[in-house]
Amino acid sequence: MAINWFKYSSPTTFYGLAGKMIPWFAIPAVILFAIGLYMGFFVAPVDAQQGEFYRIMFIHVPTSILSMFFYLIMAGYAALGLIFNTRLSAMMASAIAPTGALFTLISLWTGALWGKPMWGTWWIWDARMTSQLILLFLYLGFIALHASIDEPRRADRAAALLAIVGSVNVPIIYFSVKWWNTLHQGSTIKFSGTSMQITMQHTLLAMTLACWLYAIAVVLARVRSIILERERKTDWISELPEVKL
Amino acid sequence: MSLDIWMRENPLTYVWFGSYAVALLIFAIEIVMVVRKRKITLQQVHLMRDAGDEE
Repeated sequence: MAINWFKYSSPTTFYGLAGKMIPWFAIPAVILFAIGLYMGFFVAPVDAQQGEFYRIMFIHVPTSILSMFFYLIMAGYAALGLIFNTRLSAMMASAIAPTGALFTLISLWTGALWGKPMWGTWWIWDARMTSQLILLFLYLGFIALHASIDEPRRADRAAALLAIVGSVNVPIIYFSVKWWNTLHQGSTIKFSGTSMQITMQHTLLAMTLACWLYAIAVVLARVRSIILERERKTDWISELPEVKL
Repeated sequence: MSLDIWMRENPLTYVWFGSYAVALLIFAIEIVMVVRKRKITLQQVHLMRDAGDEE
């Protein structure tokens, strides 16, 4: 049976679908967070070089990876909205931005906390950390620019341009440790494999999945509010059970 | 006792409260804000609908 995916690119149909999908992402996220935290603190062994401090990795690495990934997704949605003038794409981009910004903030915060005992400093202006800070400013810039324009479609177009131009920063973050001589270590997990201990790998995987599922659930919940706000004058909104109450 | 000495004597407390508790707090604040935004938006839609009924 063929599924008509284009059907769900309309806010009208996506609103209901998003509402149904939220528990399917939120509940596994809670379970995986519990598993990841238990494994991270009670099962994963102490690191030979970094001692207990390396455990920050289980929150730092997932939030760092996802902060970059969400920016690309946000820019992708923004580009779709700009090119095809689709309403839902722009709404999705707006819904992703706050979560992406918070993930970047957590990444920077936990990075500083890890840096202090390992490098002896909270912060240094090296390529990886500076480009990650620029990512936070890009997210905040996207949110601020969108909020500063009253007409939503014009705001979508202006913010989309910023998101697309800013996406050049993502490969810079990723390759910064290769292109420049940085204090930040290189990637431990590569496409070719990893030398990480197996329990640490599983913990990292659980936490990454948990963060990912959590972010999807929150973005879906936020996009529903954005749809409600933007489409409030339409007939289908007044027919919704939560509006009829 | 300076922070440097304290963190080396209590590494798990430092890791837990410094990073995980902060991250979970940020997630909790985000959830509260999303729920609040939905409530406010629904209230606005209700108000608009009521105003439309009265006209």
